[in-house]
Order: sequence, then C-alpha cells, then structure tokens
Amino acid sequence: MRLEISILKKLSHFTLEMELCCPAGELLALVGPSGSGKTTIARIISGLEQPDFGTIRLGENILCDTENGIRVPTRKRKLGYVFQEASLFPHLRIRDNVAFACDTPSRVDNLMDLLGISHLQDKKPSQISGGEQQRAALAQTLAVNPDLLLLDEPFSALDIETRHSLQQKFLEIKKELQIPIIMVTHDLQEASLLSDQIIAVRNGKKDHKWLTQFHGILLPRTSKEQEKLCPRQLAHA
Amino acid sequence: MDYFPLLLSCKLAGISTLFLLIICAPLAYALVFVPVRGKLFIESLIGLPLVLPPTVFGFYLLLIMGEQGIFGRFYKILFDTSLLFTFSGIAIAAILHTVPYVIQPLKASFTRIDRRLLESAAVLGCSNVSCFFRVVLPNSLPGLAAAAILSFAHIMGEFGVILMIGGSIPKETRVASIAIFEYVEAMRYQEAGQLSLALLIVSYMILLAVNLLEKRNHAS
Repeated sequence: MRLEISILKKLSHFTLEMELCCPAGELLALVGPSGSGKTTIARIISGLEQPDFGTIRLGENILCDTENGIRVPTRKRKLGYVFQEASLFPHLRIRDNVAFACDTPSRVDNLMDLLGISHLQDKKPSQISGGEQQRAALAQTLAVNPDLLLLDEPFSALDIETRHSLQQKFLEIKKELQIPIIMVTHDLQEASLLSDQIIAVRNGKKDHKWLTQFHGILLPRTSKEQEKLCPRQLAHA
Repeated sequence: MDYFPLLLSCKLAGISTLFLLIICAPLAYALVFVPVRGKLFIESLIGLPLVLPPTVFGFYLLLIMGEQGIFGRFYKILFDTSLLFTFSGIAIAAILHTVPYVIQPLKASFTRIDRRLLESAAVLGCSNVSCFFRVVLPNSLPGLAAAAILSFAHIMGEFGVILMIGGSIPKETRVASIAIFEYVEAMRYQEAGQLSLALLIVSYMILLAVNLLEKRNHAS
C-alpha cells in the first residue's frame, strides 16, 4: 500500500504545495524550520484539515479528491497519528487508553509488552512520565492496526536519553510495520536515523537547498543509502 | 407548618434538572463542536429566558401549552389531559425557562476540553456520538455537576413562570416560592418565615457546593 499526495492549501503566510509518495514499509521524514507547514501536511493527510485542492490516495483508496468532492472523514481513514505531546485520555487508565479502539485484549497485551509499559497499565496518564506517555500513545495508535502512520515530532518533548531509547524501540517496530509512515520533525539526526526518505519543507514547498547547509548533521551512511535518503539534496551539495 | 411545598419544589427541581442535563448536554456539545449554520441565532433564542421577564416568558408558554396552543393540543391528543395546572406542566415550563442556566456552564466546560483529545478520538475511529459519551462527558464531570446544581437552585426559586402555568394547586403545583407568596398575602408571617428559612438554607448549601466545585476545578 502506497501513499501518494498532491495538495495545495492557502495558509495565512504562504501557499502550501506538496507532492509526495511513500511506499509501504518506508518512513518519509518531513523536515524544515518551525512554521514551514510540515504539521499542516500531516493534518491534511489525516483529514483533520482539508486541502483547497488536491488528492490523497492510499493504495487503491482515495482519501481525498477535491475535484470529485471526495473527503473521507478522519475516523474512516484507518490511520494512526502520534502527536507531539501525547494526547492520552486523562480519565482512562493506560490500559484502557491503549485498548480505546481495539477489541482484541491479546493485541493490547502484546503492544504494552513490546513498548515496555505493561507495569503501568493501572496508572492514569498524569501519573506517568512524558516518555512513558509517548510509549502509551504509540501503543494506542498501533492497536488499531493502521494502514498509515503519521508521527508529528513524537520524540521532541523528551529528554535525550528517553528520546534515544524510544527511537531505538521505534526502529525495531518499524521493521514489522508494512505501511507507509510519515514523520514530521525538525531534528535532522532523528530524520536520518529513522527515515528512508527526507523531504525538506520551507514556506510550504519542497526546499532542497535548505537541507544542504545541514548536510554534516546527517548520520553517516553508505553513499548509496544517502543517495536514497535525499537524492536531490546531495545533487545540490 | 406544611413542608409539602418545599418537598414539591425539591421534586420539581430534581426531575427537571435530570431532563435538562439529558437535553442540554448534547445541545451544548453541538453548539461548541459542530459547525452549525445560524449558531448565533440559536444561541440568542436559547438565551431569551435570561432577559425576558418571567411573566412574559410564562405568558407565551401559556399560549403554547394551553388547550388551544400547538403544544397543549398535541399533549392532549397523546395523554388525554391538559398541561396547565399540572405538575407535568410546571416541570416543562421550568425546564424551558432554565435551559440557558444549564447550557452556559456546560458550554464553558466543553470549551475547556483539549481539542487534541477530540482529534485523537477521531483518528482512533470515534464518531461524534461516541466521542461525546467516551471523551467529552467523562472529562466534563465538574461542569456537569455545576450545571446540575445551578439548575436545581434556579428551579427551587422559580416563581413567575410556575405561577403562570400552574397557578397554586396544593400538592400539585403549589411549590415553596408560591406558598411563601400566599402566606405573606394572608399575613401568615410565621409560616412564610419558616419556609423562607428552609429555602435560604437549601440555597446556601447549593451555592457552597458550587463554590467548592469551582475551587476543586481550578485546583485540578
């Protein structure tokens, strides 16, 4: 299943224009400065915001096609979305949060084990740390068995140690997920560690030049891997 | 001393409050979260009882709920009885007159809910109805309690509208506020004083409960 989007949306300071394609099993990172439109792209893919024009296609399913008036509501898109700050339901225990949209107790147990939060199942979100909340949010998202995963700066609010451990855990999980994953981040190291493709976004558009100035920050990879990671950026370097 | 009017007031306030919460919670949810056309007009209509004199509001209710009124006739066909001068009649009048007092705290409470929770629920496949019951209501319990207490207090002191619709029929529509008025008119000041004191104590307890809830709400 492959995600293909081509969207246009007029925002207050610029017009967001984006085309991208992310095959199943790959993670595409949207990087760029704050306020460049990265989060808006993720929100449009999720259906929380609507584009003025464009199409969003996930495999054979058309999630949005403005020309033909197709707008599949968010709740029917079968996607997972991990927000920058975990948005767990404060009135529910961690286990009930993970099981919020999942009727299979064994899947809930497995995910809680996998993410190392089984011991927190009876706690409320306010009783656990930020890193634990993010793990619980990821478990809650994966519990619905999504066709597409959106991550909006999921690790940015965490301290370095917790961030690193969660990134490693996510790399393990990523191998199992055969779905397209879009990650919004302003952390280039994180993007190069986790992603298969990087798209730099500035003022709502792809900006290949922006990434070249930070080329040294990208984690060392083989030249072939780097070529795949950001082919156009390297060409400019 | 006849305490039946006080009990009748409590019964009226309790039943009406229950219905008000059932009616107003989804209405407030729709007003806060659902993009409805003409929301301003709807909100102004709902708020009318706040600015209209109770006798004017009661007069219009009398026209609608009387046997010649559209609602009164419909009620007569359904239940073969009149609404005027009955407990059901004053309950409906009290409910309609108290709607804005319940809607306002509910709206304030719903507005305070973190929008990300609603977005999270939508992403997880929740419909609007499911989101209302599973996310919005459980996270608005202090607001619901405040609305219920305010509604109860308002109906306990309701006078003009009830008098217009129910008159003063002992054990049917003669609630505490009307009984006090009649005691005063008959110069039975001792009974008026006793009943007033009872209402004063109930009202004070209610206000104390509202303030405690507010304090707890701020603290959390």
